[in-house]
Amino acid sequence: MKPFAYHQPDRIPDAAKLLTSIEDSKLVAGGMTLIPTLKQRLASPPALIDLSKLGNLKGITDGGATITIGAMTPHAVVAASKLVQGKIPGLAALASMIGDPAVRIRGTIGGSVANNDPAADYPAGVLGLGATVVTSTREIAADGFFRGLFETALEPGEIITAIRFPVPLKAGYAKFKAPASRYALVGVFVAKFADGVRVAVTGAGSGVFRVPPMEDALSRSFDPSAIAAIKIDTEGLTSDIHAEADYRAHLVTVMAKRAVDAALS
Amino acid sequence: MQISFTLNGRPTTVDVEPAMLVAELLRERLNLTGTHIGCDTSQCGACVVHLDGLPVKSCTLLAPALDGATLLTIEGLHGAPGSNQLHPMQEAFREHHGLQCGFCTPGMLMTAVALATEKPDLTEVDVRHGLEGNICRCTGYQNIVVSVMAGAAAMNAARGE
Repeated sequence: MKPFAYHQPDRIPDAAKLLTSIEDSKLVAGGMTLIPTLKQRLASPPALIDLSKLGNLKGITDGGATITIGAMTPHAVVAASKLVQGKIPGLAALASMIGDPAVRIRGTIGGSVANNDPAADYPAGVLGLGATVVTSTREIAADGFFRGLFETALEPGEIITAIRFPVPLKAGYAKFKAPASRYALVGVFVAKFADGVRVAVTGAGSGVFRVPPMEDALSRSFDPSAIAAIKIDTEGLTSDIHAEADYRAHLVTVMAKRAVDAALS
Repeated sequence: MQISFTLNGRPTTVDVEPAMLVAELLRERLNLTGTHIGCDTSQCGACVVHLDGLPVKSCTLLAPALDGATLLTIEGLHGAPGSNQLHPMQEAFREHHGLQCGFCTPGMLMTAVALATEKPDLTEVDVRHGLEGNICRCTGYQNIVVSVMAGAAAMNAARGE
């Protein structure tokens, strides 16, 4: 790692100010992506701004029709939360599948969503549930938040403070993971609401995306058989050493069916 | 920057560069070489330590994160106080041949102790899932799982006394 300055602000406005005033500075939450990136010298920011001393960014609150998860809440806490398990079990299941146990203790929901890795799990849950990303300055609907490969709607100096999830009627997540990295080769999150179904796919392309034909079919009949014949176009899907685009397209249908099964169980 | 933390029960204050990793700090500065660096990419788990009681990978933890925290490394595991005995989990690994070359063992033990502490009624499935982030290239895991089950039972028995 190249040397860097280290700031531990205790107020969000101070963190935002540091982030805008120090060019190329980076926020660090759990560090499960950033620290490996620094170690490989894929990034060498002059300063890190550690969010761990900011108050009120950890924890899960019940809003009745919504659940709000603070940005610094680790995956292990979401996975073990009785509230999340009770109201959105698919989201607790998703958190329990991220990385490995030690990674889940440090890694945070805000870090994962802000990073928007094309194979990360949380973007599928956030987009699949139509959640709201709450930041230091505004609220951003999931549909407008994820902008492709590591790109989000976040402005310079804007910091995610929480994610607010609407409670669905049913939801499930299924993932085919790359065995070494444990990232999603393909992961599909399915959520059923009173006014329709949302299907979000991670791992298959350059960023998380929805699948309208599956959403329409599942809105008519929320059963795996409803989407069994729906094939995803390979255009825009990722081909790499782990899997070709046509295999990923095949996995999208398989994982979507399993996600519906998980939602129904 | 100066950081202060509790290391294996002792108050410790050190000056560190912010870019120093906890695994480096332990091995290079504090001469605690029981924490191993295997892959150095947070995959293998040879570097697992307990930060405020929770197992984390010290190769992917910046030293500033230790400030004000309590850290337990493999050197801090021990049996009954004053007894000079191994920790029950270490004893179980010895008894059940839970290691061959031993490189992954410090991380295995730290993860195993955390697992058994968090869930006293561990099942074999819990152990296999719980060890997902700890890689051993010698044993095929069979004896490690047997050891963790035995160690967890011994920890339960010790708690009951």
